[in-house]
Formats: sequence, structure tokens, C-alpha cells
Amino acid sequence: MELVVNILLGIVIAATPLVFAAIGELVVEKSGVLNLGVEGMMIVGAIAGFSVTIQTGNYLAGVVAALVAGALMALLFGVLTQTLLANQVATGLALTMFGLGLAALWGQDYSGKAAGNFPKLDIPVLSDLPLVGKLLFGQDYLVYLSILLVVGVSWFFRKTRGGLIIRAIGENHDAAHAIGYPVVFYRYLTLLFGGACAGLGGAYLSVVQTPFWAEGMTAGRGWIALALVVFAAWRPGRALLGAYLFGGITILQLHSQGFGVKVEAQYLSMLPYLATIAVLVIISSDRLKVKLNAPACLTQPFRAAT
Amino acid sequence: MPEPLLELDGIARAFPGVLANDDISFSVGKGEIHALLGENGAGKSTLVKIIYGVLRPDAGAMTLRGKPFAPHRPSEARAEGIGMIFQHFSLFEALTVAENIALGMAPELAKGDLRGRIVEVSTRYGLRLDPDLMVGDLSVGQRQRVEIVRCLLQDPQLIIMDEPTSVLTPQEVEVLFETLRRLAGEGCSILYISHKLEEIRALCDHATILRGGKVVATCTPAEETARSLAEMMLGESLSPPATDRRTPGEVRLRLDGLSMASETQFGTDLEDIALEVRSGEIVGIAGVAGNGQTLLMSALIGEVRAARPDAIRLDGRPIGRLPPHGRRKAGICFVPEERLGHAAVPDMSLTENVILSARMRKNLSRNSFLNLQRAARYAGDVVARFGVKTAGVDHAARSLSGGNLQKFVVGREIMQEPSVLVASQPTWGVDAGAAAFIQEALIQLAKDGTAVLVISQDLDELFAISDRIAVIANGRLSAADPVDTLTIEQIGLRMGGQARGRANAPGAAEPAHA
Repeated sequence: MELVVNILLGIVIAATPLVFAAIGELVVEKSGVLNLGVEGMMIVGAIAGFSVTIQTGNYLAGVVAALVAGALMALLFGVLTQTLLANQVATGLALTMFGLGLAALWGQDYSGKAAGNFPKLDIPVLSDLPLVGKLLFGQDYLVYLSILLVVGVSWFFRKTRGGLIIRAIGENHDAAHAIGYPVVFYRYLTLLFGGACAGLGGAYLSVVQTPFWAEGMTAGRGWIALALVVFAAWRPGRALLGAYLFGGITILQLHSQGFGVKVEAQYLSMLPYLATIAVLVIISSDRLKVKLNAPACLTQPFRAAT
Repeated sequence: MPEPLLELDGIARAFPGVLANDDISFSVGKGEIHALLGENGAGKSTLVKIIYGVLRPDAGAMTLRGKPFAPHRPSEARAEGIGMIFQHFSLFEALTVAENIALGMAPELAKGDLRGRIVEVSTRYGLRLDPDLMVGDLSVGQRQRVEIVRCLLQDPQLIIMDEPTSVLTPQEVEVLFETLRRLAGEGCSILYISHKLEEIRALCDHATILRGGKVVATCTPAEETARSLAEMMLGESLSPPATDRRTPGEVRLRLDGLSMASETQFGTDLEDIALEVRSGEIVGIAGVAGNGQTLLMSALIGEVRAARPDAIRLDGRPIGRLPPHGRRKAGICFVPEERLGHAAVPDMSLTENVILSARMRKNLSRNSFLNLQRAARYAGDVVARFGVKTAGVDHAARSLSGGNLQKFVVGREIMQEPSVLVASQPTWGVDAGAAAFIQEALIQLAKDGTAVLVISQDLDELFAISDRIAVIANGRLSAADPVDTLTIEQIGLRMGGQARGRANAPGAAEPAHA
């Protein structure tokens, strides 16, 4: 029983960075922008969060630094694609490479240092309950924030005028402009939000999950987050589910290695990625359904008609 | 003259290379239906964008109810009681009717029981609407209702309508006019933009006529004839295309049991399409946009393959599974609807653009190598014979004006001497001169023995050039009946899908039931 709880705890911790990055990118894509730089924003968030936490010894300062760093990366993307109308795909790829390089440079002096344990929720009695206590009431604060964020984004898109405007801009930016909504302004906002979320996802890796810094430690999670958005058909709840699916397979394959399953470890390590790709392919096989959910203006540059 | 609601004084606006509006002055009275008449490119759209706050004028001033009026954005114009129905609907297909309406309103107005108010206003004006339906699932006429209801919910004093009837059936136009007259009766002013003269004569109290960005005339449309209005609009007199009938020969193109599911989200499926086009005749396919024309065109071109090869036959040969170049080789050429991006590659030169479509029929390549000289000569021939105004065949297709590019595209296909030519919206959005030239060329092509199929939403055009007309509604095609046995009324009913004139023999049109 103790093992099951440990596995479940592991899944939550493996999934949370993906939840942050995916929910941020989901909002960005809903507004009709594809930012392929998630990986780059995550790793810059990771080193920013880690270095500030080490320097100040304050976790909150680290989290804020990660948010700001991710948002600054996204701002760079915004200036290039929204103001200067550069190609979104190429700019996103460049942003990832830039982020990986920048983080490596920034992190040179931090290799091998450790950040200590991130504060966890601790409610007397509840957190001490057997089995469920640790799972439900004993996680670190960011886990609860990630869940709240998913619920909040889902509510925002379904119930608020702001959410409606962003959906409308992603659906038909020319019409939105004709009615009088500032398309580029809203896209900057979603980009900043997405960047901050990706930065936070990165910081979760370096400050909470494995509290030390290693170059390239995001290991493709930004790409998985991008894939999850599509897998989830741009629905927040399903993005959460997808993140936990990926996290779950990651942890299960680790444990199965521990049990001495007679499969090469390398193959097991591939599993989460393969499973995610497989799910993606299956979901995308219904072209009509994917099209139905996809924001119609995704990746299209917007020029205001003069 | 009723008291003026909106007055324009010396409005001017320039774009790089064009003076779109030049010293425009006129006024719209309270409760008046005022027409703004002009050709494509006369400056109508620029002017209404200025009134609606999308653009700002370089010079001139406007007054609304006697007070200066200079909106900086559409929300300011809306707050002053100006509503706009766009030519290309500003709707979001993946959102519901209610969401679409909420987006076009001030936040304060969108609160509360919006759905209830939508139902109330739409019933009051006889424009039934279900607020929970997805806009993508609505017909074009219903989409326009969404725009109108959105406008009405804001208690407008002036409604601007930009070419509102171009996508409607004649019956839907009647309903729209009823609504507009009623609104005018209630004191709401309407600025009605169109180039359809009969409509303006039937509906509008006053007309301001624009040409080349300037006001060239004002008149009372009911006192003018369509011809005199057209001459004011064009500044020249027009001769209608010659309409002597040709004797049709053998069947060149035969569609039989052509069914196809749409691949796009809100597309229309084709159901059991049957049609014959004979050598020497022009068959028109009428219909409101979005009733399957796009898919039918893709099926004819071969961008989407038919399920059975014999669903499409060319001179008896099944071509339903052939790719586009195979069909061209077999003798069928195409003029797709969208000239920039579909019929021609915008950033490629005219020479390169002729290679794309005429490579096979004009031997412009051999062993995978292009014969650029021959291609340039062919492009030059097209330019010369079709009077295309261009600086040279090595210039990009994008650099041509709409009318010139369309002449080039049509010429490129016609000069391949196809046995069948399929053209979709061949004169859409081109100036009257180019339109007349293209129609003349199609008629000449049919005279020379080609079977011509024209898909168009312009009923006047179809009546002017076709021998027979079929109607596509909801993905089904009616029988093609000779034009002289058809009235606009009957076509309109079929466009609405009310009468299914699916007779076997041509000429056996069912009488239309309202």
C-alpha cells in the first residue's frame, strides 16, 4: 500500500511541470498563436528559478523569477512574431535553441548545487491521515496551484467575456479586428501568460522535482507539453489528463525497472514518449474532429487591414 | 428632406498609390434609406470603414445629430448608435449565435438575459434564430440574421449594410427588404451599399454615386432607370453581351451519381449529382454560396477524387479517379473561384503560372525540363489576346489588378483549347469592363464547340450567358432547364431548396410552389 502511495506521489510530481507548460501553451494557441519555444522558456525558467532560490534562499523569490524569465522569453517571441510578423514556427524553434543555450551559460556556476526541499502543505490531522493524507493534503503548494490553474483557465474560457474574446480572436482574427478587438494586444497577453506558465513548469523541475540544476534538464518536456495541447484538443481538463498520463507512464516504467522487468532500460525510458505519440496519432486520425477544435487562425500572422 | 442624422463634409483618405476617398460630402436623413452606389474600387468600403471607426480620414469632418463625430474605434461608433452589417460576415463559425452576438456588443449590453433578448428581437422582426446553434452550421441567410439581430440589440440609429444581398436568394432578399423598410419606418436610418441597381431602385430613398473615390452624382433612385444609374456609376455606356443561341452538339461532360462527403468542418456534402454538358453550350449552376459549389469544383478539378471513375465522364471516358493533370491532358480545363492563391500562385511570374496549368496541353516541358521560352511565348500570347494590362510576363501574378489577373487566368485556360471548360465565379469582384470581356470570351469559346460549365452566384450573369441553368442547393443539383423556360423567381425557390426540379429530361421543369 505504501508503494502505491509512493507511485501516485511520483506521478503527481512528474506530471505537474507538464501541466503548467501545457496549460500556458493551450491559452496561447487558443488565441491563434503557436509558440514552439516552450522547451526554451521552460529551461530558462528552470535556471532562473533555481539560481534565485539559491541566491536568496527564498522559494517565493525563485518562483517569481521563473515566472518573469518565462514571460520575458515569450515577450521576445511576441515582438518578433506579432509586431515584426516573423514566421511563428521558425521563431519558436529559434526561441527553444536560444533558451537552451542561455540556460547553459547562466547555469555554469550552479551545477551540482542543491536547493533543499520546497515547502509543502501541512494541515494538522488531515495531512497525517494514513495513505490519502500525503496524497491529498501533503503536496507542495505548486501542485495545488497547477490544478487551480487548469480549473481557472477552463472557467475563464467557458464563463468570461475575456475568454470569449480570446477564443474569437483565435477563430477569426480578421472578424475580431473588424468588430474592434485589439488582436495583437490580446495575443501579447496570452503569450506572456504562456511564457510565465512555461517558466514555472521549468522551475518546478529544478526547484521541486529534483532540487538541483543540470544542463538540458527539461529533456524534451516542452515538446511533450506542446503535443499534449493537441492531444487534449485544446481542452484544459484533457490537457491535465494527458499530463498525468505521461507522468504516470514515466513513473511506472521507473518502478518496473526497479522490479527487474526483463526489458532494456532504454526501451522503458522511451515508453512515455512512445505512448504519447501513439495516443496523438490515434486522436488525430479523425481529421474532422481535430479541425473542429483547433483554433482556425493558428500560426497565421495577423496584419491589420489599412 | 428629413432632418439630417449623419453629415459628411469633405472626407478624404489616401492609401499608398490611390486616393480612395476624395472630398466626399453627403448627408443621411433620419429614417432614410440612403444608397451608396459604385463599382468595386470606387471607395465605398473605405468610406464606411471611416464612418464605423475602423479607419480615420486624412481630411474632412463628420457630424452626427449636429455634433462633431470622429470615432477612433468601432466601439465608439457603436456607442453613438451606429451599427454595421459586414460584406464578409464578421462571424466566428466555431462559436454559438449568442456568443457571436455578445462579442459585437458593448460589455454592459451583453450582460443579463442576452439569450432571451435575442429571441425577442428576432421574433419581433421575423428573423427567427436559435441562440444556441453553432454559427458554422447556419446557412448564409441565417448568418446575416445573426449580424442584423446583433445590430438591432444595440438600438441603432444608423445601420450600415455593405453588399448585404450578394449572398441571399431572391426570397431572402424580400424578407430583408421588409425588415429594412420597417426599421426605416421606426426612424432608423440605413446606409445601403451595393452595386445592384434594381435593388437600389426598389429600396432606397436617395442615392449617392461614387466613382474613383469621388461623388459623381446624387439622385432619387426610383426616378432613374437601371441603365441611367449604371451609366452614372461607370461613366460610360454599356452593351450587354450578345445572346444568340448556339446549337448544342454531343455530350462532352457527364456527371452521374456523383456523391461526396465534405472534408471541411462546415462544408456541404454532394449528393447524387447528375448533369450533362454538350459541345457548344454554356450550362450555368446557380446557388447561394456554401451549398456545395466548392466541393463540386474540387471534384471536377480532381483535387478530391470521386468514389467511382464513371461518376465523371469526359467524352465518354471515365475520369473520376484521375488527378488534375490527368484530367487536363484528357481535355478539361478549369478556372477556380479564387484567382490569387488557387488559380494563380501570387508570387510566381505569369510565365511560371502558365506552366503550372498548360504544361501538358501546350508542351511546355519535355523529359522533366521546362521549355521556358515556349512558356514565355504562350504567356505573351495570352496577355496579347486577352488584353491583360501588365508590365511583362516575368512579373508576379500578385502585381496584376483583379480584373487583369482574371482575364489572364481565363485566357490561359481558353487558349489551351479544351473540350470542356469549368469556371467558378469567372467575373466575381472584377470591374464591369473585364467582366463583359470574360463573358464574351466564354460565349465565343462555346461557339467554337467547347462545352462550358459556369458555377456562379450572380444570377444576372447566368441568365445573360447560359443556355441552360441548374441550381445547387444543399449539395443537390436540380435539372438544368433552358433559360427561356425559367424565371428568376423559380431559380430563387430552388436556391432555397423548396422545389426539387430533378426531372430527367431537360425542359421538364416543375412549376414552382411557394
